[in-house]
Amino acid sequence: MSLLDYFRSTKKKTASTAKERLQIIVAHERNRRSGPDYLPQLERDILEVIRKYVDIPADQISVSLEQRSDELSVLELNVSFPDEKR
Amino acid sequence: MAKIIVVTSGKGGVGKTTSSAAIGTGLALSGHKTVIVDFDIGLRNLDLIMGCERRVVYDFVNVINGEANLKQTLIKDKRVENLFILPASQTRDKDALTKEGVEKVLNELAKDFEFIICDSPAGIEAGAMMALYFADEAVVVTNPEVSSVRDSDRILGMLSSKSRRAERNEDAIKEHLLLTRYNPERVAKGEMLSVEDVQEILAIPLIGVIPESQAVLNASNSGQPVTLDQESDAGQAYLDTVSRLLGNHVDFRFLTVEKKGLLKRIFGG
Repeated sequence: MSLLDYFRSTKKKTASTAKERLQIIVAHERNRRSGPDYLPQLERDILEVIRKYVDIPADQISVSLEQRSDELSVLELNVSFPDEKR
Repeated sequence: MAKIIVVTSGKGGVGKTTSSAAIGTGLALSGHKTVIVDFDIGLRNLDLIMGCERRVVYDFVNVINGEANLKQTLIKDKRVENLFILPASQTRDKDALTKEGVEKVLNELAKDFEFIICDSPAGIEAGAMMALYFADEAVVVTNPEVSSVRDSDRILGMLSSKSRRAERNEDAIKEHLLLTRYNPERVAKGEMLSVEDVQEILAIPLIGVIPESQAVLNASNSGQPVTLDQESDAGQAYLDTVSRLLGNHVDFRFLTVEKKGLLKRIFGG
């Protein structure tokens, strides 16, 4: 680092931004990998069903399967509905 | 029994072929009979990096199809004893590599060689899957850069679910992280992910760190695996990597910035 650098603004370093972004996306993708193969298709099907009634964008739905114990898995479905101002 | 090591990454252009050539050559230099197999069907390049492109007569697919035998096809390196190359085919047929065919060839190589290095193509298509399927160990080549790290993680998922070892419920493939194009100066400035950052995200043991180096391009320009340039930082870093692969403890080098003179410190550069 040169002396001049000390006078430059100390904004956030890009390497730490990169690390944070990677930690989030990698955790998300690992979670998805560990789930069963049918999960993405299930997510699309549920989205289609809901879209018959309410118009929601594709990223407003998330489906995850969590193994709580040997005998119990929980299928979690999260759908955010848009504000309806009629 | 031969050890099958796949050199893989997901992302292209991170240094798989350079690393395959360097590691294979290093293993042979340490006295182990080694063959490097190019799995990049249609985009053969290992021959060029190894400097034997004009000696290719038959290729991997010819052997699988029974059009040539291994003895006719393997190219013996002229510089290093115990080193052989099995070139990829330039065919555009995507299905040229069958699981049965590849298994047959690997089994035959295993009778003769101590190490079989599989140079994987980029991507997660059939060719890349074939390169990792039979592996005992994997060297995951990663650049300290977001897309490369993400793709490496993807490949780690494949290694643990799509390999023969996974299908047979055997011990998992032994995974190694090889960080290439590392620039300690930029890391010090906070512009590049550090070794620790990448290791924390991928969570696999580190086998080597190769500094970004002029020597790598010089080596590929002249068709010399970089491990033959033993004066160079990259060559030495690869030789350290090979030694670790062989089970030795070697301290990591080239991780920090070289000390600069006072003038450079003041004026930068």
